[in-house]
Amino acid sequence: LRPPLIRRWFSSFLNWKISLMQHHCRLSQRIFTASVSLSTTKPLPERVKIVEVGPRDGLQNEKTIVPAEVKIRLIDMLSEAGLPVIEATSFVSPKWVPQMADQEEVMRGIQRKPGVNYPVLTPNLKGYRAAVTAGAKEVAIFGAASELFSKKNINCSVEESLQRFEEVMKAAKQEGIPVRGYISCVLGCPYEGKVSPVKVAEVAKRLYSMGCYEISLGDTIGVGTPGGMAEMLEAVKKEVPIHALAVHCHDTYGQALANILVALQNGVSVVDSSVAGLGGCPYAQGASGNVATEDVIYMLNGLGIHTGVDLPKLMDAGSYICRSLNRRTSSKVAQATCKL
Amino acid sequence: MVETIPFTLCFLWSRSYLGAFSLDGVSKRFICPLPERVKIVEVGPRDGLQNEKTIVPAEVKIRLIDMLSEAGLPVIEATSFVSPKWVPQMADQEEVMRGIQRKPGVNYPVLTPNLKGYRAAVTAGAKEVAIFGAASELFSKKNINCSVEESLQRFEEVMKAAKQEGIPVRGYISCVLGCPYEGKVSPVKVAEVAKRLYSMGCYEISLGDTIGVGTPGGMAEMLEAVKKEVPIHALAVHCHDTYGQALANILVALQNGVSVVDSSVAGLGGCPYAQGASGNVATEDVIYMLNGLGIHTGVDLPKLMDAGSYICRSLNRRTSSKVAQATCKL
Repeated sequence: LRPPLIRRWFSSFLNWKISLMQHHCRLSQRIFTASVSLSTTKPLPERVKIVEVGPRDGLQNEKTIVPAEVKIRLIDMLSEAGLPVIEATSFVSPKWVPQMADQEEVMRGIQRKPGVNYPVLTPNLKGYRAAVTAGAKEVAIFGAASELFSKKNINCSVEESLQRFEEVMKAAKQEGIPVRGYISCVLGCPYEGKVSPVKVAEVAKRLYSMGCYEISLGDTIGVGTPGGMAEMLEAVKKEVPIHALAVHCHDTYGQALANILVALQNGVSVVDSSVAGLGGCPYAQGASGNVATEDVIYMLNGLGIHTGVDLPKLMDAGSYICRSLNRRTSSKVAQATCKL
Repeated sequence: MVETIPFTLCFLWSRSYLGAFSLDGVSKRFICPLPERVKIVEVGPRDGLQNEKTIVPAEVKIRLIDMLSEAGLPVIEATSFVSPKWVPQMADQEEVMRGIQRKPGVNYPVLTPNLKGYRAAVTAGAKEVAIFGAASELFSKKNINCSVEESLQRFEEVMKAAKQEGIPVRGYISCVLGCPYEGKVSPVKVAEVAKRLYSMGCYEISLGDTIGVGTPGGMAEMLEAVKKEVPIHALAVHCHDTYGQALANILVALQNGVSVVDSSVAGLGGCPYAQGASGNVATEDVIYMLNGLGIHTGVDLPKLMDAGSYICRSLNRRTSSKVAQATCKL
């Protein structure tokens, strides 16, 4: 005999309630897991790609000119340390950036480790041609999120600068050369002050739709703080997928690691940094610039995030270049030599 | 019907269950908004200067503390009543206590390692004291030649006297994220010591990453354990910047509900375990971050930076604060 209707109804209602509770259990378990990672909305990435900018962005901003063989040795040591991307040099005119005058010699001299990329900066088509001739397999272009900064730096508006890069993009597309895009002043400008996240998103969208495979968002003067970083990423994520975003934080105000952490919490998994924190801030005399790769790796190691970087070997590279530059490292990890 | 009873119980249980795990409940429990206000405990005049090689005269210390009061800091650790034999920098403890201009509403706690120090502190006018323990047995043995439990028993006398006299006591725990001797430190051990100090009567427990080795994951894990034993409002973080991790660690602490942060003007105080390395996190850098986050501290950053410049000139040393180093010239 079939049970009475009401009994069947109660049973199915009970089953529905139980499955609802089980669903919430699973939901809370996922949230428990996420909450253990950092009590925030998202778990941290398992892997982070480090883009080492010391040999280009770092050295470019150092007063002491180092010979090509030192640059080559540095890049080779960084390759040995396991860095997956090492920005090797810049094909700007030596008139503007004397440190990069040996660009071709450096490109020809480095030992390219299989699986490692060695992008170079190319400010225009002429630089692009020279870069490819010298053996570059990846290039980088740059824009700014601030009109005033663009005008002061390269004497044209942001839009005009991007149009100049169209030629580079076209050639690179034809020749199958990947292009990385940089945006300056994403969290503040030395001339304009506050920079709108919407403007950053616009420029990021332009670069991405032009064909850049990755957009590096640069806090050029290091004024950004975690809230501003989160807000800016929120806007940019609407226009560019998160896997194509990188953060390039300067440590001028000591905020870099906190800003990087927040970027990771917001889904970013590519971080630019400079061995030994090479490269001061041209806008703040005596202040630091790029965040030190050693300090970033230390934090990521502590968080259990895989980078593929060997910290002791990285620190060797840092010591080497600091000796060559006759300067103290800006990396706190490198400075901390525990003597008990 | 007989099914209605289990059904009703299930229904009631599931409602309470769902209440705890509804998305709203989850968002409040697990996605912590940052605190609106953070109390900064300025440890430069004590913890900072104590670890500086250059001895500065009492009038310099007094001037520094007065400048810090003017900068709006709500708590300024003024000095330490340890024996001058051990810490020569703090030999002028009484003169400093008598010389400072106490700003209304500002606290000036002092460190008291034992009952003798406590008595001297109260006689000199202290209205709040601090005691300390370690989360590492080896550290305790090496530093003060006794176990953690023995050190806490010594402080029982201080607690008893302080309770009788209505003097609030703050507790410090060293090595919460790593020990120079033991290496890794268990969060459970930190929680035990925190619980001891809190139940002894400390109104606040400052969790110190003494050698600055901690990273954000470790900070979150440690706080998770301690929060089970001590309410979050009674916890503070005391991060060292020896490995550059301090601000990231502080940020994670804020994300986990902490709203009291210790720091040292100009990042005074190197690390005695890492020659040439930095120690305390710089108050200026912390304030810069909190200002950017829209968190209220009551601190006037320019005046704070003046205090930092002043003490660095007196010590003839460069500031460790990056904010202070960054003087934008356009």
